Amino acid sequence: MMDPLLMNVAMIPAVAVLGIILGLIYKGIDRRLAARMQARIGPPLRQPFIDLKKLMMKENIVPKNAVSWVFNFMPVVALASSLMLLMYIPFLQIPAILAGSGDLIVILYVLIFPSLALVVGGFASGSPYATVGAQREMVAMLSYEVPLAITIVSIAWLMSMTGSIGTAFDLAAVSAANIWSLVGPIGAVGLLLLLVVLIFVTTGEMGAIPVDAAEAETEIAGGLLAEYSGRNLALFYLTSAVKMVALGSLIIALFLPMTPVQLGLVQAGNTGMIANVLCFLAKLFVVVFLSSTFIRVAVARFRITQVVKVYWGYTTLAALLGLLLVGVDILLKVS
Amino acid sequence: MSIKDLNRSLWVFHVNTGSCNGCDIEIVAALTPRYDAERFGVKLVGTPRHADVLLVTGPVTKDMKDKLKRVYDQTPDPKVVMSIGNCGNSGGCFYESYNIDGPIDKVVPVDVYVAGCPPRPEAIIDGVVKAWKKLEDLEAKK
Ligand code: SF4
Repeated sequence: MMDPLLMNVAMIPAVAVLGIILGLIYKGIDRRLAARMQARIGPPLRQPFIDLKKLMMKENIVPKNAVSWVFNFMPVVALASSLMLLMYIPFLQIPAILAGSGDLIVILYVLIFPSLALVVGGFASGSPYATVGAQREMVAMLSYEVPLAITIVSIAWLMSMTGSIGTAFDLAAVSAANIWSLVGPIGAVGLLLLLVVLIFVTTGEMGAIPVDAAEAETEIAGGLLAEYSGRNLALFYLTSAVKMVALGSLIIALFLPMTPVQLGLVQAGNTGMIANVLCFLAKLFVVVFLSSTFIRVAVARFRITQVVKVYWGYTTLAALLGLLLVGVDILLKVS
Repeated sequence: MSIKDLNRSLWVFHVNTGSCNGCDIEIVAALTPRYDAERFGVKLVGTPRHADVLLVTGPVTKDMKDKLKRVYDQTPDPKVVMSIGNCGNSGGCFYESYNIDGPIDKVVPVDVYVAGCPPRPEAIIDGVVKAWKKLEDLEAKK
């Protein structure tokens, strides 16, 4: 038997590669589906791979008035931090590589990193478009952080009120507990609200269309990414793919953790494993579809002021309502 | 990694150097569901830094000459320049006008000329296919 630490170290590249490939495949599905919804045929599923290969081949330009080391360093930071995010998230109830006590809070912080790298890279590229984009991205980050924090806190509160105070902020424990089984009907409505909020926050995190004011290519020429080309752009492209998988898996780990084996639909063993993986992929597809594809095709872009209003106003209100319902449910149970 | 990957993933940037907007609308039409250029991986991007193909329209007015040159320099290699419409090819109805520095090939090297005033979307897509061929020739020469 291998030493568990060694085993974990060996797992890291495997998870990273898997995350990247999965992300690119889902990006392909996303583009194809979006095209179908607009009555187009759309690009082939492997289009993201082709795009990536092409970007790697292109010239990598560093603008004259950019701070070149920051400019070149930030894409690496973005990809590294989004991969790190992946290491914190349990897949299929298998404990995450970096799992530990209170990792939900760590995830909240690591989630900021890729966007922050984008912002710093945008400021460093010395282009007015990128600067405007970076400012918008900061505002957007500030706005979706609030509902995200409320969602995480309400889950942790639910966990602590139902007896697991010590592990309230451990993602593995939350995932294993299946939060739906901890609440009654009122709480379930609250959790549903929180799920919707989290899916919409994911849209913001990924910078998909209704809230992509920071990258608006029709008004500020690609915003943050305006000056990036070639390899650096490819790294940011990968970042967004990995982030999509990471955020999707986070939602699955928090809200939809049940696997077919646990539900007793199939026996454990090889078939069980395959069923689990397929079920996970299906759940990821649903989350990606709702948070990116569907909303991207259905809605036009918000102005940055509207982004703030939507997140701080409606989404935060919805999250608070969810928290309240969960709270009422817990109090009813306790008394 | 070869030029082949570029073929199936051409990101285009659109430069208007004083066209009447007729050609520009036809370019947009090539991306609509009816013609769906995204089938071939063609995508409209918002900045020359992301572009592989420059779609240039218009006769290049005096004001736009410098800007066109700069956009060309900002585009990372390998790249293709397409001149869309008679204005860009020869000056068209603005031939020998006092206010133009064009046609386009006087300012930047053009690889593909698409004729028409404005050209039909089919012609533009055909031009993109010709651009693939140019890239393939480039690869063969290496
Ligand atoms: S070629 Fe014709 S349609 Fe195109 S810009 Fe010139 S005048 Fe307009």
